[in-house]
Amino acid sequence: MAGLELLSDEGFRQDGRKPGELRKIQCRMGVFAQADGSAYIEQGNTKALAVVYGPHEVRGSRSKTLHDRAVVNCQYSMATFSTGERKRRPHGDRKSSELTIHLKQTFEAAILTQLYPRSQIDIYVQILQADGGNYCTCVNAATLAVIDAGIPMRDYVCACSAGFIEDTPLVDLSYIEEAAGGPQLALALLPKSDQIALLEMNSRLHEDHLERVMDAASKACKDVYAVLDQAVREHLQEVTALLGDQGSA
Amino acid sequence: MAMDIRLPVARKRLSEAVTTENSFHLVAPGDTVTTDITFMRGHGTYMEDDKLLASVAGVVQRVNKLVCVQALKTRYNGEVGDIVVGRITEVQQKRWKVDTNARLDSVLLLSSVNLPGGELRRRSAEDELAMRSYLQEGDLISAEVQQVFADGALSLHTRSLKYGKLGQGVLVQVSPSLIKRRKTHFHNLLCGASIILGNNGFIWLYTTPQEAEDEAGGFVTNLEPVSLSDREVISRLKNCILALAAQKMLLYDTSVLYCYEASLTHKIKDLLKTEVIENIVMETRQRLLELEA
Repeated sequence: MAGLELLSDEGFRQDGRKPGELRKIQCRMGVFAQADGSAYIEQGNTKALAVVYGPHEVRGSRSKTLHDRAVVNCQYSMATFSTGERKRRPHGDRKSSELTIHLKQTFEAAILTQLYPRSQIDIYVQILQADGGNYCTCVNAATLAVIDAGIPMRDYVCACSAGFIEDTPLVDLSYIEEAAGGPQLALALLPKSDQIALLEMNSRLHEDHLERVMDAASKACKDVYAVLDQAVREHLQEVTALLGDQGSA
Repeated sequence: MAMDIRLPVARKRLSEAVTTENSFHLVAPGDTVTTDITFMRGHGTYMEDDKLLASVAGVVQRVNKLVCVQALKTRYNGEVGDIVVGRITEVQQKRWKVDTNARLDSVLLLSSVNLPGGELRRRSAEDELAMRSYLQEGDLISAEVQQVFADGALSLHTRSLKYGKLGQGVLVQVSPSLIKRRKTHFHNLLCGASIILGNNGFIWLYTTPQEAEDEAGGFVTNLEPVSLSDREVISRLKNCILALAAQKMLLYDTSVLYCYEASLTHKIKDLLKTEVIENIVMETRQRLLELEA
């Protein structure tokens, strides 16, 4: 880490944030007309697009049909132009398929799948620009898209990454901080009930520090929740204002 | 060559144009709707720790002791007697599978269609073999919901000369919540085209048929060329419907017709521009309000 100071003596990070501060989040729901639900989100320079189709009849092999709940089908992909180095990934690489499985686990925990037996819900997410915290941005984008599609969920799923550098937990890591190679944790949380939908960590972190990092990450997830919730409410307000004067026919 | 150049403008919030004071109870997933356990749990809600929580983002509706949350946008929830427009996705033994924008594909039984020629008898094995000659994959039909199964799948029927295969025309897809429930969903509009407003959000636009050709039983389609003027009327109607849907206006015969009349001062292709859409929908809204008063 020679020459690269991730946390200055004054306690500021590379991009001027404090350790527990998120990047700026901007989001929009209902970006596509054709899909049942869609959303676009920017977390700093990480940009993701999510679309949701369904619930619909199980397509492809009918053997996947579950008789007591819906199948959640996820796909995570990265655009060719999303990284610094241009790279074509026609069938996805190993990392993408791993994240696909993580997304599936996360949303199976949050969506009330038992309401839709024998159907399928498709969630497709694509990273348009990768600048750290790809999985977390995708989860947040997919949450908004699922809400836009009107699919019942237990709660929002909010995700945020956290790291541990120079004895301080940092949240919402950017690409530079991720690339430095310290311990890294991704947490997907159902913020209202404080339930963990997914927790992943790579590289080593001393047990004594884990709790502090977890606390920082879950606090950050709740901050993400506040931003997403506001966006959802604004969207609701706007659409109901238009529908309002026509009565509920 | 003349060219149309438009400058980008900041996206305006749609609701700014409409100034209505409303106080809906809006909720998002995970919000507590009520802690009173005497209420009954309806759609869009779930119980946890003796609390009624919302599971979708939308408007809370209360009917006596029943609490529901109505999502803004969902797939079609069928009800018996609804008129739907759908597309055949599969031909199976004794039944067709129809995509009606519902959660599961709907079923059209061979025994619930009218045979060509309109004869009434039990369906034989020959009829099963000839099923694909009546309706094949990709065909569009209009039908009525006959039954809703326990898992939410729909059973359709076309046992009336009104229903059956659709021929030449244009399909427009909108959100099912935008279709207003009326006594009739088949309209011959004054502007010279006909419209089927399917409750599932599929809208079929076609030229008004000249005379009732009922002896075919609805399986033979008229493939004669449609005149340019008719096609223009249909494309204008299509753009009008998309304009109304973009501004979340309820769709029914009067609103479509008023929007069509408001659009007559513009070229058909101009109806895709946001500023024109805002104009004509505002005019329609105004006329509908005057009609009510």
